Amino acid sequence: MSKTYFDETHCAIGHPKSTFMQWMLTIDHKRIGIMYAAVMFTFFFVAVATAFLMRLELFAPGQQYIDGDTFNQAFTLHGVIMIFLFIVPGIPAIFGNIVMPLMIGAKDVSFPRLNWFTFWLYILGCIIAVSSLWVGNGFADTGWTFYAPYSLNTGTNVIFTLVAAFILGMASILTGLNFLVTIHRLRAPGMTFFKMPLFVWGIYATAWIQLLATPVVGITLVLAIMEKYFGIGIFDPAKGGDPVLFEHLFWIYSHPAVYLMILPAFGIMSEIIPVFSRREIFGYRTIALSSASIAGIGYLVWGHHLYTSGMADIAKTVFSFLTFFVAIPTGIKFYDWIATMYKGKIVLSTPMLWALGTIITFAIGGLTGVTIAMIGVDIHLQDTYYTVAHFHYAMLGGVVFLLFAGMHYWFPLVTGKMYDEEKAKIAFYLNFIGFNLLWFPMFIAGYLGMPRRYFDYLPEFQIYHQISFFGAIIFIVGLVYMFYVLIQGWRKGEKVGVNPWRATTLEWHLPSSPPPLENHSKVPYVDFDPYEYFHGEPVVKFDANMRRID
Amino acid sequence: MAHAYVPEIAVDREGNEHVVQGWQDDFYGGKLGFWLFMLTEVMMFGGMFLALAYYNTLHPQDFLDASASLNRLLGGTNTVILLISALTMGLGLLKMRAGDVKGSKLMIWATILLAVLFLVIKGFEWTAEYNHGIFLMHGEMLPESTMAFGKKLFFGMYFTMTGLHGFHIIIGIGLMIWLLKRINAGKVSPEHYILHFNIALYWDIVHLIWVFVFPYYYMIGAATGGTSGH
Repeated sequence: MSKTYFDETHCAIGHPKSTFMQWMLTIDHKRIGIMYAAVMFTFFFVAVATAFLMRLELFAPGQQYIDGDTFNQAFTLHGVIMIFLFIVPGIPAIFGNIVMPLMIGAKDVSFPRLNWFTFWLYILGCIIAVSSLWVGNGFADTGWTFYAPYSLNTGTNVIFTLVAAFILGMASILTGLNFLVTIHRLRAPGMTFFKMPLFVWGIYATAWIQLLATPVVGITLVLAIMEKYFGIGIFDPAKGGDPVLFEHLFWIYSHPAVYLMILPAFGIMSEIIPVFSRREIFGYRTIALSSASIAGIGYLVWGHHLYTSGMADIAKTVFSFLTFFVAIPTGIKFYDWIATMYKGKIVLSTPMLWALGTIITFAIGGLTGVTIAMIGVDIHLQDTYYTVAHFHYAMLGGVVFLLFAGMHYWFPLVTGKMYDEEKAKIAFYLNFIGFNLLWFPMFIAGYLGMPRRYFDYLPEFQIYHQISFFGAIIFIVGLVYMFYVLIQGWRKGEKVGVNPWRATTLEWHLPSSPPPLENHSKVPYVDFDPYEYFHGEPVVKFDANMRRID
Repeated sequence: MAHAYVPEIAVDREGNEHVVQGWQDDFYGGKLGFWLFMLTEVMMFGGMFLALAYYNTLHPQDFLDASASLNRLLGGTNTVILLISALTMGLGLLKMRAGDVKGSKLMIWATILLAVLFLVIKGFEWTAEYNHGIFLMHGEMLPESTMAFGKKLFFGMYFTMTGLHGFHIIIGIGLMIWLLKRINAGKVSPEHYILHFNIALYWDIVHLIWVFVFPYYYMIGAATGGTSGH
């Protein structure tokens, strides 16, 4: 029996004997990825519970369970956890860590000790963010965007959240930096940029955004802290400052951050579709380059968050126009995925189901985004449930669904075992139905004028909130069931070999399952494309020394 | 450790051998990583310069007046000090690469001294400004003071940015002391000087930021005939 990465590890400091300390000090990218996943999904469920509390309150008009101030704190907590603790670091920290080095044939990331440090920086950020629930005047009530001047005047613990977001941002920068260097330096010999798997392209584009955009929000948060505690005047109109400047600086980061979330998710999609269609991906280069161009264009569109904040008409027009441009590379990806499936031998395994479901939900999320990119329409729909439904379709129905797809896809790689496919499919259908039932009515409610972030509403909106509520229940049951199935799979699942999906990329050509500590026994020479199938069969085959034998 | 690291070999179908780059001994990887980190510093200070430029367009005259009241003599001296310290840092790296460990350490000590001198002068400057009633949460900067908005914004940003820059200097001093310890322990040597290289890069970004901070704060008001110093 060969040893796996669960049996041995390298540590940042010394060689501790206890298993617990080995996990705490590990610099193995696979273990770090698993720890990220454990922490993130814990927070994910906290935020889901907070959201459910809000749904419960909104079941009927008027106040039932929580008052308005608590409601404000609830949606801030939900937003801060979901954005800063879960979805922004999510896919890069989990699958970027676990899978990306395997995909390019590396033994680890370029700076494994930095990776370990980054993980603990992330934990520190989480602790600071959450600790403000129990100290002082309670959690921030500003919304996750901390808009000035309210965030400067509120008595709640905004400082904790600002500092936490800054630290989490630093962790994000360091992760991006690490991955950029890894992808540039540690690719297996022969693997040019256009021979990399598309998930690596997604991580690469994301890493650039993490590196270039996050410092801007970091300094914005520092300036907000300086304003709040030292009164430098920068965002406070009472001292000559301009609160709209805060919004600009904030969205210069936070809009690219949206693409930072979705690009690695698209990468997961581009891995799953060819494998389960048993076909080479259609338009490899267009998908790779569209990731890069989304990352580039994503910098130039932040102004569409400020249509109603006070901005010159010419600026609005330009931002609106540029925003439409993002739809082009995204559309290219969608056509490529669908064209890949055309005449493929489609296998409807659970990861493929999640990917197909996402094509539907993200298409809705993306196209509703194009409608609110129009200035006139946005004046009507800004800060309504339409916008809320739009970004939940894009973020939850896009990013998180694909995170789940990746979780089902790489589950046998990480654990060496397989979950119960039938049950996992049931979980998918529960999630998919619950999700649509939860969010679709909000498009209608928002179009009719239901504003977001209100804890009360007019009686005519009740029907939409009630449908949403029942959708939420189905969705939560589906989520819990999905994790139950996966955990059962890890504990009692059947052992599977190294390549249960008959995939072609390098992470499925490891010497053992789960992988050994230093990944590939021998690094292959990569003179082939990542998704080579011929008549539904993988083309490239290796012998035990990772020499090609096909 | 790095010295014992032997790179793996990948073999292609024709039987040619290719060296596999490992993370353990990757000089260029370390360099690339630090260049990318410097890019984040540029973006961070860039965000502040953006805010500064924006308020400058809103309050052009206030900015000129406020700038004229800064002490250009001390600011200019500090600029020269930082530029010389960048030179000593660079010479230290060159000496290290040439094998002159002793000379390299001397140069690092010189850089540390110049950095401390910079902070001392900065301290005198801030003290003088404090005595003139201009400091964070003090005197003219308080909400009830009648000083023009533009001046308040100028000085608010001035203390924030020079403060953050000073913080980088302090970190730099810490890094250089750490570097000296690593050199003494033999971990940094003429063969393995990536840490030295990156700290020198860091010092470059620190002085480079100052090269932009100095004209934007001290020089824009010079032409309006403000006094040099108080």
